[in-house]
Amino acid sequence: MRHIISVLLENEAGALSRVAGLFTARGYNIESLTVAPTEDPSLSRMTLVTRGSESVIEQITKQLNKLVDAVKLVDLTEGLHIERELLLMKVKASNNNQREEAKRLVDIFQGRIIEVSENSYVLEVTGRGEKIEAFIKAIEPSLIIEVVRTGASGIGRGNRSLQV
Amino acid sequence: MDMPTESEVLSGAEIVIRSLIAEDVEYVFGYPGGTVLFIYDALFKQDKVKHILVRHEQAAAHAADGYARATGKPGVVLVTSGPGATNSVTGIATAYMDSIPLVIISGQVPTTLIGNDAFQEVDFVGITRPCVKHNFLVNDVKKLAATLKKAFHIATTGRPGPVVVDIPKDITAQMATFDYPQTVEMRSYKPVVNGHPGQIRRAAELILSAKKPVIYSGGGVVLGNASEELTEFTKMLGYPITQTLMGLGSYPATDQQFIGMLGMHGTYEANMAMHECDVLVAVGARFDDRVTGDVKKFCPDAKIIHIDIDPASISKNVQIDIPIVGSVDKVLRELTRAVKETLQKPDAEALAAWWKQIEEWRAIHCLYYDKGSDLIKPQYVIEKLWEVTDGASGDAFITSDVGQHQMWAAQYYKFVKPRRWINSGGLGTMGFGLPSAMGVQLAHPGATVACVTGEASFQMCLQELSTCKQFDLPIKILCLNNRYMGMVRQWQEMFYDKRYSHSYMDALPDFVKLVESYGHVGMRIDKPADVEGAMREAFKMKDKLVFLDFITDQAENVYPMIAAGRGQHEMMLSPNKEEESI
Repeated sequence: MRHIISVLLENEAGALSRVAGLFTARGYNIESLTVAPTEDPSLSRMTLVTRGSESVIEQITKQLNKLVDAVKLVDLTEGLHIERELLLMKVKASNNNQREEAKRLVDIFQGRIIEVSENSYVLEVTGRGEKIEAFIKAIEPSLIIEVVRTGASGIGRGNRSLQV
Repeated sequence: MDMPTESEVLSGAEIVIRSLIAEDVEYVFGYPGGTVLFIYDALFKQDKVKHILVRHEQAAAHAADGYARATGKPGVVLVTSGPGATNSVTGIATAYMDSIPLVIISGQVPTTLIGNDAFQEVDFVGITRPCVKHNFLVNDVKKLAATLKKAFHIATTGRPGPVVVDIPKDITAQMATFDYPQTVEMRSYKPVVNGHPGQIRRAAELILSAKKPVIYSGGGVVLGNASEELTEFTKMLGYPITQTLMGLGSYPATDQQFIGMLGMHGTYEANMAMHECDVLVAVGARFDDRVTGDVKKFCPDAKIIHIDIDPASISKNVQIDIPIVGSVDKVLRELTRAVKETLQKPDAEALAAWWKQIEEWRAIHCLYYDKGSDLIKPQYVIEKLWEVTDGASGDAFITSDVGQHQMWAAQYYKFVKPRRWINSGGLGTMGFGLPSAMGVQLAHPGATVACVTGEASFQMCLQELSTCKQFDLPIKILCLNNRYMGMVRQWQEMFYDKRYSHSYMDALPDFVKLVESYGHVGMRIDKPADVEGAMREAFKMKDKLVFLDFITDQAENVYPMIAAGRGQHEMMLSPNKEEESI
């Protein structure tokens, strides 16, 4: 099962490598990992996507909780939640056909063109991982110059929240 | 140095020493070098914290570890950057695996040079990350005292463990106001201490419903100082108790309810009782693979209660029915009370039948060995050690290295008090025995301290004979010398068709001459009849380190044995026992 785990970490040097090191040392699977400070500069919020059996996920959450820098943790997949990923893609846009194709797909996927240059566009799409994958598939491969994905971030719906 | 007052301005190095004084640190085990010179200078100018100069930094960590195991107080290590730090890593990993509280202060190159591949620079925080409970790199002298306070707090609370504080040299020279914090408040670190009352009630009911119960306790009982609580709980129920290698001594091994150590080299009765039990009460134990064997065959009929301070230990290897997270002493007290409050008693009839079965298993005498041999049997040496050190009093401290001799010590020395059996269980570190005995002897100057070792393990840290001389540590070293890495040889005999690949100890030194050259006493014993006399003579020399080189039977193996990957009931007994039992 795929799980999205959000962790509030002390914003200390090395906190990220403690998490990354834990996953390699214990042989846990890690699909993506994003981390950035929160509104409180002493805290970072990390979202990680992992896969494993129930017992493995239980161990992962316990081992993460055990890290001295981990303040709080939630497995978002245990309840209703919103998940988003950001895609930045540079595509060829040197003739009208290419420009129109890019514009058309961006509209369908409710994305945006955020940079226009002589021969290329930079596109921005947000959404769940599946949507991002669908968008990448929809674009003619020969047009793609560069793809950047952030990995998933997530937040609980309604009253579910992860705070100190 | 005077007691700290509030507005003193001190150097980083002085802050380190004053923080150690504030933590009531008696001994620091260390070795000087470039980046810790300011700290050593501050150490020189005071007399409250005593420094024990080891001969290799691995031994500093083991000695601090032995001190911690024997006292329950944190052990403190001081090493320089680079090789000094990396040398200590084996000792840190050893302490980590057995949850021993250590604070390791390491020098680091000046902050301005970090990352420049400076002389004796190593990313010590990076290197130790997977084998410490936590670590710190101090980058501001104003944070130094608070960081040290946190380090001691983290090392000694919850599930204990080693904490590294890496201090760049320039920080030790800079000045700051010294104000050692009295308390620590960390929002990210709050170990659970009290067990959940509902879980305790459910556990009490399950315990009373048992027909074939077993109590299985581990090192957590020793670390949590819960021997009294465990003994009261066990006595109240009248249930059989088995212990892990790390738990020995926290329940008297001479008591009838004790059915021996369990696991790979556990007793027949302990492993069979585990296999057949219907309720298992695990207390401060972590279901290590050396205990469980094949987890699929582990306690197939049992409902399992697990008491542990570390939530991550619960259901890690074996699925638990009733977990109780909390400190073992408190939970055991609550559980004892909860059992009493039910006003029910254990099922006497079922328990009598269960004990009858256990006594049948016990009657196999799985620890039997050939007593008529012309060669010195290692088991015999340990049995004599128990007699000569007045084992029944439980006062002597026994450290060990790793291998066959360690298992024989665990099997044949009946420990009756906690913190007396000092060995590297989790990491299995050869070389641990002598340096850890130094820490034990310093902690308990008048006590009998013996190190059971083998000629292979001993050579891994024998340089510490010099430290023992310098600090007058009258340790008695019992070397079970079989001219083999015995446990390796045993596995090669059993599982590799007797291809003894590189397990023979060729070119051994004359140990008697070797220890004599350090100013100690050495004896060589090669006849069974001389074992006891030599031992008595050695232990009479109260102020001397004595090395007893016992030339033992080379072919002796450790039994019983559960081969890796087998079930608990699939034990191999000593060959002369096999026909009559399984």
